[in-house]
Amino acid sequence: MTATTTVGEPVASAPVGRSPRGFDWSMLVWALFATILIVIVVNPIFRLIWESVVSEGGGLTLDNYVRAYGRPRYWQALVNTVVMGAGTALLSALLAVPLAWACVRTDMPGRGFIKLCVLAAFIIPPYLAAVGWVLLAGPNSGWLNRAWMWATGSSQGIFNIYSLSGLIVIMGLHLFFFIFVFTSSALELVSSEMEDAANVLGAGPVTTAFRITLPLIMPAILGGLIIIFLQSIALFAVPAIIAIPARYPVVTTQLTEFFSNNRVDLAAAYSLPLLLITMAMLGIQRWLLARKGFSVVGGKGGERRIVRLGPWRWVMFGYALLVAALSVFMPLVVLVQAAFSKAWGRGFALDNLTLRHINFILFEHQGAVPALVRSIVYASIAAFAALTLALVIAYMVKRNLVRGGQALAFLCMAPFVIPGIILAIGFYAAYAPPPLALAGTAMIIVVAFTTRLLPIAYQNSSAGITSIHIEMEEAVRILGGGRFTAIRRVVAPLLKRSLVGAWILIFVPACQELSTAIFLSGPNNRVLSVLIFDFSEEGRFEQLAVLGGLLLIITVIIVAIGFRIVGRDFMLRRQ
Amino acid sequence: MPVVHLKGLTRRFGSFAAVDNVDLEIRDGEFLSLLGPSGCGKTTTLRMIAGFIDPTSGTIDVDGRVLSSPQGSLPPEKRGMSMIFQSYAIWPNMTVAENVGFGLEIRKVPREEARRQVADVLDVVKMGHLADRYPAELSGGQQQRVALARAIVVRPAVLLLDEPLSNLDANLREEMRFEIRRLHEQIRITTVYVTHDQAEAMATSDRIAVMNKGRIEQVDAPYVVYTRPKTRFVAGFIGRTNFVTGRREAGALRFDGFVIPAERFAGALPPSDEITFSVRPQSLRIARDSASANGHLPIAGRVVDRTFLGEHWDYTFRPAGAVGDLKVSAPPSEVFEVGSHAVLALDPTQMVALD
Repeated sequence: MTATTTVGEPVASAPVGRSPRGFDWSMLVWALFATILIVIVVNPIFRLIWESVVSEGGGLTLDNYVRAYGRPRYWQALVNTVVMGAGTALLSALLAVPLAWACVRTDMPGRGFIKLCVLAAFIIPPYLAAVGWVLLAGPNSGWLNRAWMWATGSSQGIFNIYSLSGLIVIMGLHLFFFIFVFTSSALELVSSEMEDAANVLGAGPVTTAFRITLPLIMPAILGGLIIIFLQSIALFAVPAIIAIPARYPVVTTQLTEFFSNNRVDLAAAYSLPLLLITMAMLGIQRWLLARKGFSVVGGKGGERRIVRLGPWRWVMFGYALLVAALSVFMPLVVLVQAAFSKAWGRGFALDNLTLRHINFILFEHQGAVPALVRSIVYASIAAFAALTLALVIAYMVKRNLVRGGQALAFLCMAPFVIPGIILAIGFYAAYAPPPLALAGTAMIIVVAFTTRLLPIAYQNSSAGITSIHIEMEEAVRILGGGRFTAIRRVVAPLLKRSLVGAWILIFVPACQELSTAIFLSGPNNRVLSVLIFDFSEEGRFEQLAVLGGLLLIITVIIVAIGFRIVGRDFMLRRQ
Repeated sequence: MPVVHLKGLTRRFGSFAAVDNVDLEIRDGEFLSLLGPSGCGKTTTLRMIAGFIDPTSGTIDVDGRVLSSPQGSLPPEKRGMSMIFQSYAIWPNMTVAENVGFGLEIRKVPREEARRQVADVLDVVKMGHLADRYPAELSGGQQQRVALARAIVVRPAVLLLDEPLSNLDANLREEMRFEIRRLHEQIRITTVYVTHDQAEAMATSDRIAVMNKGRIEQVDAPYVVYTRPKTRFVAGFIGRTNFVTGRREAGALRFDGFVIPAERFAGALPPSDEITFSVRPQSLRIARDSASANGHLPIAGRVVDRTFLGEHWDYTFRPAGAVGDLKVSAPPSEVFEVGSHAVLALDPTQMVALD
């Protein structure tokens, strides 16, 4: 709080006011940031809701809701979405919990490698994984089906990726990362002493696992399940590639249908339940994690002993490798094969080898290289903007420099509850029509990305500033340096590393973001993810594989730089 | 000649008065401790002197110039003070020499001159050989010395210390206590030292201000605060003591289990009917019989409990016919069995009447 009041009558010794008769700059700064947040966070959400309750004549109406839910088909999509989300969450837990335990608490070989594979599974964008799985398990023509037919002489394959189970497998293999990170963080905090205490009282290893360890990490697992459920129901790309041919409509595909019929009002009305589910589930998650039982795990860990698995360690390693193969290696291999093949279906033959698609994408296709450049530039700017905004606000809030800072902090975190595709509808409703008419511009994409990633930026900035003891700054000030000297000489140098990490954590998803971009993009602002998606609709899998390869190479380079500067663990820590 | 003057200093947080109408004068070159339990307002007072917190009423002036008042305060960076923080606040991104030289750099001291002063002060705190290390490579005690050097190299008008030893282990704490006092003898900077540890305050200070619930209870030299506490709180907070209450009756005071004639007390007693005294366990003795009471008042009774602490015995003595017990400290050679009958030798001049 800067006290800025006028100084009284100067008597023998006048108090030296902080800013005598001064103007309260802090209010101006607050107003500036409040305005920015209103433009990029509040207004799009407001317009989304507004659009859903206003009739063409301008009056208030619930007509849009009646129409958006008027047909059983639309209801079915909502039910389908919940089923898909629940299935994905369960599969993710089955994949991730044993892996997390094996990586943190056992002597399984190759633990570092498996961790890297889990990260890789998350870094591969879901739309690329989906296309990889189309090539692997497309009905009859997919590699796995052809292998089956070759091995059994059957005339039909056994896998059909265009199905509910296909959807769940692809999403689960991508999203299990979250439960892995949550569970391993929790396991790292359960000290062996807690288990020893149970052993001393006569409990065997199995009893201990089920009565002590599992309950202690349960909130983390449940929290992870909720996050995965929410991520999967908000995903646009995988359903668009898989669910439409599978005739399994979900909310995001239904939204696309409304949107392409130019019914933004219906899309807005239709998206509200998804928004409400998200908000409710995140509320439950916070409640779960804040409960008393979890605070034990929040305490200081103490020593952890490694469980010796004996020969079982190889069984565990085999399981881990299988998960890694399904989530990373198999999709990547078939995509790489496609990128270098005249036609992917002709297989791994020498005469099928070609550099034609690479040449086409890099030198002939008019849109590919610009889209690549745009992806990098937009993501860089968005990451920079989100981080700058978040840092300044987090600093003001943590150091109590402005009144009402908590309101700014809340707005920074608000986009967390908004699925990307719904945010895009809000942005479209707010800024696509005149007078701004920003549809199809770089501006609207960059700003939407900034908004979407603002919560990650804020969390990281806030954590970074909290980690710097306020006395570090006070020591500068008592020695005669002003606040800006303190920021320049102490805060900034100390934050540097964590800021690099935060920038990468924002840049990578921004570079791959599809669901926010898809409704906002036109020919002049098309980013790589949208182009990849277009190619998938046209079935140009070989060229798509080349584009996807480019995107992955960029991502891997950036993440590798992050490993170098910030250390290997920064993406596997719980944010 | 900096004299720091707190006048009616008050700081409220909501309806809670963390610091409540404090008047205090810190003399030039003096080492003054603010001593009190946690939450007594001592750190808030220190942070107001530093300029990190504004008072809600009252003023702070230095040499007659008002630095803090509810109407506005001079920011910390313009006060020419320096401070040692509880967390040390050594900047991890700078070497020891850079940390220490920072204040000189801000004061635009020429580079060569600054380098010389940094080297000198590092020698004073015995850290010269570690000038190029980074703080992460230093032990807690070494970081503490860096913080000291950084604070004194700028020759501050006032040096503020906020529980600087609370993060050190016991041995180091004792060593640093004398170190701080030695430095003060050497440089004589006006110093305000916040601590909750009475031994620390006794060892370092010229005067101690004992704080409780936002108010100052007593300001005096360590010896006076210990031997002549003014209030029950001060007597109980500094050292161990017995509280005994006497009721006036015909030229004497009747206590629980014994009577003392009024003329045996050191000075005039307060006029009230009931008077509470503090009497230190060290000023009491246990003897075999009245003859060995050395002219002190003999009180018959028995030993009800004892603890041997190596350097001394802690006896619990109950006068005959009394309800309460008295703590008595005795040298290791004076051995009495629990349950044995003995005599307590009480010197009434050592009893301090409390407000």
